[in-house]
Amino acid sequence: MLEELFPNVIAEDLWIATLETFYMTSIAILGTLIFGILLGLLLFLTDSGNLWENRFVNFITATVVNVFRAIPFIILILLLFPFTDFLIGTIRGWKAALPALIVGAAPFYARLVEIGLKEVDKGVVEASKAMGARIHTIIFKVLLPESMPALISGLTVTAIALIGYTAMAGVIGAGGLGNLAYLQGFQRRDFDVVLACTILIIIIVFIFQFIGDLLSKAIDKR
Amino acid sequence: MIQIKNLSKLYQTKKQQVQAVDNVSLNIEQGEIFGVIGYSGAGKSTFVRLINRLEEPTDGSVVIQDKDITKMPGNQLRKKRQKIGMIFQHFNLLWSRTVLENIAFPLEIAGVPKEKRKEKVLELINLVGLSGKENAYPSQLSGGQKQRVGIARALANDPEVLLCDEATSALDPETTDDILDLLVSINKKLGLTIILITHEMHVIQKICHRVAVMENGKVVETGDVLDVFVKPQSKTTKRFVQQLNPLEHERDKLAEFINDREDSEVVKLHFIGKSAKRALISEVAKTFDVEINILQGSIAPTQEGAYGTLFIEINGEKELLQKTIEFMENTGVEVEVLKDA
Repeated sequence: MLEELFPNVIAEDLWIATLETFYMTSIAILGTLIFGILLGLLLFLTDSGNLWENRFVNFITATVVNVFRAIPFIILILLLFPFTDFLIGTIRGWKAALPALIVGAAPFYARLVEIGLKEVDKGVVEASKAMGARIHTIIFKVLLPESMPALISGLTVTAIALIGYTAMAGVIGAGGLGNLAYLQGFQRRDFDVVLACTILIIIIVFIFQFIGDLLSKAIDKR
Repeated sequence: MIQIKNLSKLYQTKKQQVQAVDNVSLNIEQGEIFGVIGYSGAGKSTFVRLINRLEEPTDGSVVIQDKDITKMPGNQLRKKRQKIGMIFQHFNLLWSRTVLENIAFPLEIAGVPKEKRKEKVLELINLVGLSGKENAYPSQLSGGQKQRVGIARALANDPEVLLCDEATSALDPETTDDILDLLVSINKKLGLTIILITHEMHVIQKICHRVAVMENGKVVETGDVLDVFVKPQSKTTKRFVQQLNPLEHERDKLAEFINDREDSEVVKLHFIGKSAKRALISEVAKTFDVEINILQGSIAPTQEGAYGTLFIEINGEKELLQKTIEFMENTGVEVEVLKDA
């Protein structure tokens, strides 16, 4: 039945490509999470009226974030080739896609983190200050836990955008389902391969969305 | 215990200056419940935040237990703040933490080891009457219960003073009374000094020993609650006292009893403290040959004793009336003869 529907699909190739997409996405999410939270915290804390109020740092951070968000992803990969080559030692394969994926997604996530942090009740931060809390206590025990549902749903949105990015990266040599769909599917006119890749990408997207929603819901005690 | 001297806060924006707190000086004694009352915008919220430097004062000093808060560097200030509890109008609990974890938070900040934290938290939960709610999240609690968590949290590090910023303003009247009772019992049990900010006179009446009235950033009147109640000096204070004593509003209803006749007087009696329990009227009726007509009256309990108001009409000969009024004055009851305005 499956062979009739997808005559040109080689199961093993498809499985490898799926794994590559999965790895790429997962590690990129991890990187995006770390850098996005750092950038988001910096944006939030240096904003006027906040704990580290600093107009200069805020301006620089906001500018960097805005510039990287403005660059189309496909161009960002090309721009980052030298950097990738230096960092990973190659510009081919799924590992080589990681720098561009993280640099592309982290600024986007940083803005979502900033929005999430802004939603934290100011009174709770004030109460923590009144209790004599240090800034790192306020960050790790108040700001991050209190904004956790927003941080998780933001990460879910970012993760899904990232899956889209991996497909784009795949087309220019990063492997994964995007690569398979383009090389074996589009270029050889085997559209069943394109279809199979699409279905798998959709499934991956659904899995991430499902996990994200579940986590966000479980953690929200409001 | 707390000396506040010439405390001022000036907010400077590009367009204007706002003097939120203007040269406030107060002395607060160990173990007293000190109330600060004022209408919104009077600067009382800013004032209470100057005490633990959540707002930086522009001028003046706050000395708590001989330590000048206003001169402390950041590190020392954080340590000191652990000894200054604070509760808020909107409770400001962490929704992501259970009751237990919320109360443990200040202990975590103070670096108390885990086993001791649990012990202390359970003790506090007991003190504020929340046993059985240890593992509930704030969203599962009522307003009154949330404020109880807030109080337990504020008491966790055995503070020297408790600051209450409109702590009952978001609660219904019944819950307000419960929370006020809790504050009084904590004040008595722990000998804790409490500074309380409110816009509700009955909160002051119910639990405070002394009160300061704020208006436009200034303290316009300060004194024992009873004195302020009985002899309000400023216009603002009078309005607050009236808020509590509905009879004052209805004074014009007495107009028909007030006349120029010499054999009839309308008298307003103020009973303060012990004299409130005295059977003055029957005493007068037995001693003098006058007729007494009770028009209206009310009584309000305060921390320093009860405080009552009674309007009566006395009919009798002119001289006898004079003597009667003198007699009443000599008993220590405040007497005010009402004349046509």
